[in-house]
Amino acid sequence: MSFILSHFNYIAVATLMMAGLFIVFSSGNLIKRMIGLAIFQTSTGLLYISLAKVSGGTAAIAVEPASAEARDLASRLDPAYVAQHGIDGVVYSNPLPHVLILTAIVVGVATLAVGLAIAVRVREAFGSVEADEIEVLSRIESTQPGPQT
Amino acid sequence: MISFETLHAAPPALVAHAPVLMVAAPLIAACAAALSPSARTSWMISVTGSIFAAWMALALVGEVARRGAVDYAIGGFAPPLGIALHIDGLSVLMALLVSSAGVMASLYSGHSLAADVRAEKHTLFQSGFLLCQTGLLGLVSTGDAFNAFVFLEVSSIGTYALVAIGEKRDRRALPAAFNYLIMGTIGATFYVIGIGFLYAATGTLNMADMAARLATLSDSSVVQAGFAFVVVGLGIKAAMFPLHGWLPGAYSYAPSLIAIFLAATATKTSIYLMARFVFDVFPNGAAFGQGFITSVLAPLAAAAAIVCSLQAVFEKEIRRVLAFSSVAQVGFILLGLSLASVAGASAGLFYLAAHALMKMTLFMALGGLAISLGARRIDELAGVARDAPWSAVAFGVGAASLAGVPLTVGFLAKWRLIEAALQSGQIWIVAVLAIASLLTLLYVGRMLEAIFFRPAPAGAQRAREAPVGVLVPLLVLAGLNIWFGLDASLPEQLANAAARALLGGAS
Repeated sequence: MSFILSHFNYIAVATLMMAGLFIVFSSGNLIKRMIGLAIFQTSTGLLYISLAKVSGGTAAIAVEPASAEARDLASRLDPAYVAQHGIDGVVYSNPLPHVLILTAIVVGVATLAVGLAIAVRVREAFGSVEADEIEVLSRIESTQPGPQT
Repeated sequence: MISFETLHAAPPALVAHAPVLMVAAPLIAACAAALSPSARTSWMISVTGSIFAAWMALALVGEVARRGAVDYAIGGFAPPLGIALHIDGLSVLMALLVSSAGVMASLYSGHSLAADVRAEKHTLFQSGFLLCQTGLLGLVSTGDAFNAFVFLEVSSIGTYALVAIGEKRDRRALPAAFNYLIMGTIGATFYVIGIGFLYAATGTLNMADMAARLATLSDSSVVQAGFAFVVVGLGIKAAMFPLHGWLPGAYSYAPSLIAIFLAATATKTSIYLMARFVFDVFPNGAAFGQGFITSVLAPLAAAAAIVCSLQAVFEKEIRRVLAFSSVAQVGFILLGLSLASVAGASAGLFYLAAHALMKMTLFMALGGLAISLGARRIDELAGVARDAPWSAVAFGVGAASLAGVPLTVGFLAKWRLIEAALQSGQIWIVAVLAIASLLTLLYVGRMLEAIFFRPAPAGAQRAREAPVGVLVPLLVLAGLNIWFGLDASLPEQLANAAARALLGGAS
């Protein structure tokens, strides 16, 4: 039980990841596959963000060391944790993974946009967004000679 | 020995910023091409951008020959905090390959694009092509693991769109592009997950820094999981057997310009990144790394070489034959790398460059013929040699090189692989190479027989010789296939330097 609680974030990430991948591979509908892909990509965001969290850490915006705010933040830390790591003052979460995942989200949005655009063109060219129907139509194509130019 | 140090004749001010200029030039050109008023202008912008990038790559070859490796801190932020470009012998080999493929493909595109791409899409097509070049050049020059992901996706997103544009000629390009997008994105996401694990274990993203910290961490299961994710992710992108399902469709239905460029560069850069991780970032000699090389990489590469060559033998559509052949040849390259010796890596990288050259020749010859002939199947090419002798001869040279006929670069490349395998005492690799080469001979023979020896069926559509704008780059490529077959000192020198950079001189 304590293992599940202490690894809660990873379990959530793995569940989402597998759900996303399963949708991508099990579904024949191009739009559903894009949805699965989006879920899969988002789960990595969660992985990075949960890695960045430092227990008791605050957002990485520098606080004046001796101010009331700093004393307030420091007082909220777990005393055992402070003693163990010899912490003096405020603890910050790691901002770098947030930045990384912001980039990854942008990449993901671009991929999603291109993917959906291609799905629209597939619908226009084949009249379907179901992979098996497209497969049948493609097979007819491969027995015909090339277009005359 | 050829001296690279002064070959480029670039002013020192440019040389100092060559790493970033090489990546930025196609990016800026991509914006300009997208905004340009006519197809002609966008083509000129594309050629200029590609040539400038190739010039900078050449300058970097000189710098690396002189200094060993070039580090460039972007924006002046020193690594490990800032993002750095790290360019060594291996990076310049890849950068030179990508940028010269870009120059050849963009020169070729001047006359071929109208047959492949709808007229209103020409400017955007050139823009996407330049973006793809940006991504690939950035990927081979970056020293930052996450930055590599971004560049990988910049090039991939460009590629998905460019493959889909092939729908003018063949609507199957659309599902092929969609499939490629799904597989490519899964691959890239696996890579990101792997990098996340490695970041959690080491706290750094700079590859050199990561390598230093991983040296003591090879027992950590987080590191091993990260390794697995990175390798599988890049394996998909590199069309490593059995993760190659997306490749035949993407290569066969894409516009010919994109088939030319992808065949020469796309899977190769992913192989580069995988080699970077397996040999450079992860501790060389760690048990899991060795286990991966000997019991996963080498057998899968051997399976690819044989199974996909067989598939190519039975394939009817000519571009699909070449696409399956590409997967098989990726196997050859990986077999060389899996020897994990300097000789093996050098042979593998030499093969990589040679394969890029021969596949570019083949796809470009087909693209030139396709301007007048909508041929898809091999038997539709019957008698082409009489109607378009120059294209046919160039195709023949490329095919001979692919089959490993002596006096072509393909022969030397295979020879070096066999030599390296014998040196490492891996006789079974020699056997695999021999079987796969025989199969190659079979499918190459089928294509050549149709083109040269069979008469065109009565009443069939006849091919015309490709326009001069296509013939010139095509014949240059065919000539290089023979030139490097006779005097390979230039690619050999680069491949040796790259192998030493990868394996640190240890054998």
